[in-house]
Amino acid sequence: MGKNIIEKVWDQHVVYHEDGKPDLLYIDLHLLHEVTSPQAFEGLRLNHRKVRRPDLCFATMDHNVPTKNLPIINDPIAKTQINTLAKNCEEFGVPLADMGHPDQGIVHVIGPQLGLTQPGKTIVCGDSHTSTHGAFGAIAFGIGTSEVEHVLSTQTLWQSKPKTMQIHVKGELGFGVTAKDIILAIIAKFGIDVGTGHIVEFTGDAIHKLSMEERMTICNMSIEAGAKAGLISPDEITVDYIKGRKYAPQGDKFEEAKKYWLSLASDPDATYNKTLVIETSEIEPFVTWGTNPSMGSGVSKTVPYASNYTEESDKQALKKALTYMDLQEGTPLTDIEIQHVFIGSCTNSRLHDLRAAANVIKGKHVHPNVRAIVVPGSHSVKKLAEEEGIDKIFKDAGFEWRESGCSMCLAMNEDVVPAGERCASTSNRNFEGRQGTGARTHLVSPPMAAAAAIAGHFVDVREIMNVPV
Amino acid sequence: MEPINIVKSVVTPLNRKNVDTDQIISKEFLKRIERTGFGQFVFYHWRFDQDGQPIEDFVLNQPKYKGSKILVAHENFGCGSSREHAPWAILDYGFNVVVAPSFADIFHNNCFKNGILPIELKVSEIEELLAKGEQSVLEAEVNLQNQTLTADGKVYHFEINPYYKEMLLNGWDEIALTFKYEDYIKNYEKKRVQFS
Ligand code: SF4
Repeated sequence: MGKNIIEKVWDQHVVYHEDGKPDLLYIDLHLLHEVTSPQAFEGLRLNHRKVRRPDLCFATMDHNVPTKNLPIINDPIAKTQINTLAKNCEEFGVPLADMGHPDQGIVHVIGPQLGLTQPGKTIVCGDSHTSTHGAFGAIAFGIGTSEVEHVLSTQTLWQSKPKTMQIHVKGELGFGVTAKDIILAIIAKFGIDVGTGHIVEFTGDAIHKLSMEERMTICNMSIEAGAKAGLISPDEITVDYIKGRKYAPQGDKFEEAKKYWLSLASDPDATYNKTLVIETSEIEPFVTWGTNPSMGSGVSKTVPYASNYTEESDKQALKKALTYMDLQEGTPLTDIEIQHVFIGSCTNSRLHDLRAAANVIKGKHVHPNVRAIVVPGSHSVKKLAEEEGIDKIFKDAGFEWRESGCSMCLAMNEDVVPAGERCASTSNRNFEGRQGTGARTHLVSPPMAAAAAIAGHFVDVREIMNVPV
Repeated sequence: MEPINIVKSVVTPLNRKNVDTDQIISKEFLKRIERTGFGQFVFYHWRFDQDGQPIEDFVLNQPKYKGSKILVAHENFGCGSSREHAPWAILDYGFNVVVAPSFADIFHNNCFKNGILPIELKVSEIEELLAKGEQSVLEAEVNLQNQTLTADGKVYHFEINPYYKEMLLNGWDEIALTFKYEDYIKNYEKKRVQFS
């Protein structure tokens, strides 16, 4: 019987197995950032331990770096965290892309961009959106700080073997529908905890026709469906993306790697513990109206009615969410006015995303009631975008063009949405207070965010788009 | 890590689904570089209004739940961000048992590393505990060795992976344990697939 990619990669990494115990799993790549690592390094120091394989670690600063007026950090505590990471990396010999370094950026943007992310690797980071790297056919998942310390000391983790799940996207994607809409539709349809205890493989033509950047958007949000990790079997598109990147294998080594990578794809007769199917005909540009990523609908719909739900707890959850969001049941999504637009985050801040948004705003201007910012995912994305003149399109339209970082995705730096105001955001979480205390977040794709910036409220981007994104 | 076996206290009923780690510990409190001191901030925006005044009807602010060590909540507890500050805050506040029908994976793992016992019970059992906990003061006793939670004369049995049970009962440091597998790790590293 055939194997799926999840089983192949997992089995390849088991250092020690004993029935009834979690497996001891080897970790190929450990990414680090300033917020979830300080206590781990402190633990090493207290126990006189060292980093076992600094060569398999890579660190950067992203979560609370300022995105304007570099290099001044006004927040003294953020400054402490940033300085602490630099000090720890130096002391323990961990490679670091420091603030201002050409390789700096959101950790999940730079891993792939530098060629560190490769098929078949096990990748961890003290950050839940580590699932992003699964786009390459890696098993990549977020871990807590104690586990960060465990990987630093041993390069391994004790992990119970997760169940496997296939989410099959059937059909061709419609005009104006993006990878972000696919994943938001999946979460809305199957729920925020459908993936709990599973690693999910996304399959289907609609998935394999996507570029690597779009695949990353999908895998990025698999954690929002509760999955331990999400991945996509590697194919020629995967291999082409990696070729020539800074830390990718070169020459003959690359050819050898390529053969191995392609062999990891799920066998045609592979089976899964669970299979879910979604038709592309069900997917239109999406907008979330609630306080978790499953609370969203196609842009042509309205905010739902409590009477749509059968379970009392779901009715209550809807009411709580709508109170927080200050929305009424039955309001058309296109009637919702916004005051902020954020294009950025590890979900949608890559070159493809910026191009797609720029395409929509070209020659237009941001609505007078809206403040719009673009935060490229990495230093390198910013530079490439500037070479293409994308920054100019944004600036001419009235967007602020920033330095790279997590920024308004979690508002740990100075980029905050004020209480009671609404933001159309290309990030991944619309939890209460995520973008600022009392802030109201609506998750959308980059073209939808761009269209909302122009109109001042949500619009169906397909109505104003002239070229497919 | 503190060993844990028998925990006796009043139950705090938090009747919500999908409690995410952003709610457990909001991002503005993540900037410490220590593991301690997060308890004062747990569920901050549910506990306090914009002026920093306690919101009276939130469970954690009700005097009858004071000193509680057992938190009971609904499905998918701890979803969202991987921040271990969430279990640190819960523990620092005084809870060392969290009971729910299901937990998000990373949070679940994080509990074991910090001496918090996550207990999974059936939805119907959770609803019973929540209802009783809200109506009056519900005392419960958790016994990890026997894998039971006893409340109001009723015994609820729960499952737990024996590996994690052992760790919690003994308060073991997982890293020290893993060092015993050094030979396996070395052998693995010799044959590891590697291209660059
Ligand atoms: S961009 Fe947002 S989701 Fe991504 S790593 Fe940064 S804070 Fe986390």
